[in-house]
Amino acid sequence: MTDRPQRLRIAGRDFNSRLIMGTGKFASGQIMADALDASGAELVTVALRRADLSGKGDKFANILTFIDASRYLLLPNTSGARTADEACRLARLGREATGSSWLKLEIHPDPRYLLPDSVETLRAAETLVKEGFTVLPYINADPVLAKRLQDAGCATVMPLGSPIGSARGIETRASIEIIIEQATVPVVVDAGLGAPSHAAEAMEMGADAVLVNTAIAVAADPVRMAAAFKAGVEAGRAAYEIGLASPRREASATSPLTGFFDEAQ
Amino acid sequence: MKLNELEIAKLTGFAAKATARDVETALDRRGSLETFAALISPAAAGPEYLEAMAQRAHALTTKHFGRVIRMFAPLYLSNECINVCRYCGFSRDNPILRVTLTVEQVEAEARYLHAEGFRHILLVAGEHPHFVSRAYLRDCVAALRPAWPSISLEVGPLETEEYRPIADAGAEGLVVYQETYDRAVYAAMHTSGPKKDFDWRLDTADRAYAAGFKRLGIGALLGLASWRGEAVALAAHATHLLRACWQSQLTISVPRLRPAAGEFEPLVHVADRELAQLVCALRLTFPEVGLVLSTRESAKLRDALVPLGVTMMSAGSHTEPGGYTGQGKDDLHVTKGGRRIESEGEFATVQFAIADNRSASEVARRLEGMGYEAVWKDWEGALSGA
Repeated sequence: MTDRPQRLRIAGRDFNSRLIMGTGKFASGQIMADALDASGAELVTVALRRADLSGKGDKFANILTFIDASRYLLLPNTSGARTADEACRLARLGREATGSSWLKLEIHPDPRYLLPDSVETLRAAETLVKEGFTVLPYINADPVLAKRLQDAGCATVMPLGSPIGSARGIETRASIEIIIEQATVPVVVDAGLGAPSHAAEAMEMGADAVLVNTAIAVAADPVRMAAAFKAGVEAGRAAYEIGLASPRREASATSPLTGFFDEAQ
Repeated sequence: MKLNELEIAKLTGFAAKATARDVETALDRRGSLETFAALISPAAAGPEYLEAMAQRAHALTTKHFGRVIRMFAPLYLSNECINVCRYCGFSRDNPILRVTLTVEQVEAEARYLHAEGFRHILLVAGEHPHFVSRAYLRDCVAALRPAWPSISLEVGPLETEEYRPIADAGAEGLVVYQETYDRAVYAAMHTSGPKKDFDWRLDTADRAYAAGFKRLGIGALLGLASWRGEAVALAAHATHLLRACWQSQLTISVPRLRPAAGEFEPLVHVADRELAQLVCALRLTFPEVGLVLSTRESAKLRDALVPLGVTMMSAGSHTEPGGYTGQGKDDLHVTKGGRRIESEGEFATVQFAIADNRSASEVARRLEGMGYEAVWKDWEGALSGA
């Protein structure tokens, strides 16, 4: 138990907010910027395929101009990559164009469910860490893979709650609990969080942060929904830091002292 | 691949006579070919069901794709063609003005589209192994690659090994429409040239996938055979590709036949309302598949279809080589009996007349007014090619 909220620390850098924001699917750059503002996020991920990597200030690929670099740390991502080679190529281009060596490593070869390829992700992570990237890999909720990525030098692990954009919440709870228990780097629950209560649940479980995009971007009012997620994350984290009563311990208590009477009848 | 034609015939029959109860079941438990057939049935066309389908299709599209429309532009390389296709303006026997742009002329046309904002380009050409050779296609792709994050092709089908150098050069997408999935109608429409081979064409997307293309586009040209039959077969084709070509992004298009040289009249009429029903049914059955809408449809209808499931749109399109900047004017000619006859003319002949004449920026502004962002760049060259 602590008196003050603990800050999130990733790769030696401190963050006050534990909500990481995605920037896809918004109806406009301005709405996205307003939602970022309302979310309180300090770390913002952007798909490199949406950004201008030509270095020519392309006004038809201007998503980065809506993200105030003095306010947010940019976390470029490799969405669209299907192999380690594609992800590495894109990452290098991205670093050159954006100046950020932070990278959300995403390799999902199946465009239907966007589930991450564990084999390619580990391969790319090993390469990119050696090249000096701060790598935050998006992964299946696989505790052994999480350890392997940690060993490879990744700055976090980002297990999915459920498929990207599915809003199904934390369907991988048991595995995420093991990942959190064993982690030596921050655990960010990424993908599938469809409601502020899902975000709160992840935080109550002891996740260090969550990443949210679709649920905010496609809400009828993205700005208010961003604020709602902010509140959910803060509530969940506060509860975790204070310490929740364990519902499991109580629920498992049968009646060892009085059960005898029922049986005796 | 082999289409199960017996199954498709059975499902098409079901699509014709599905009951209100079948439609309700399909709305609850969607995703199979059978529920798809119910959703395109006359029973589902009533106002109460169509609206319910539209609402769900809209919600699903928003969830999967967000409030964005990916913009692309066709660039016609050549209207030379060795096929005789009764409905197509480029058909070999049509006495039209033809030209094949040089690679430099293609670059000039592309520069115009780049200035309009496009970063996704679709290279289109008639089928002609001499004028539109594999080496020419590869050279066009290689020339455009530095400035274009995404390059797709809609050209005559090739073998896997022939596709590979083109994919390696940086082409990301391959579009090939079966035109009609009805074998008898297909045979009647395609009377000469390599396109006569129904099965060769049907396998094209599988071959392109094996060669390394990342995005596959399929479609049926509505107006040649019963649209419900076409739709069921198209859905069966999509189902196959989603399983077999699991690493590709699939897009579907359902273009309606437009006026073209040759004066071919559609054999079947597909009403606006039926097209909307089909778009909804495709979205409800394939939530993650991209749906493409071209300028074949009117501005008014395009605006109305966007919320129902469309994810990719072209705008300000020209369907003739050189149409954007007048490239290739000096080489216009007519071909007769395979021989070239010099001819005077202002522009090459279009493949078909477009119906939405708004410019790219006008369409983007309209989308913005509807609460959508026109996304011009949503790919990166580093993700394509060898």
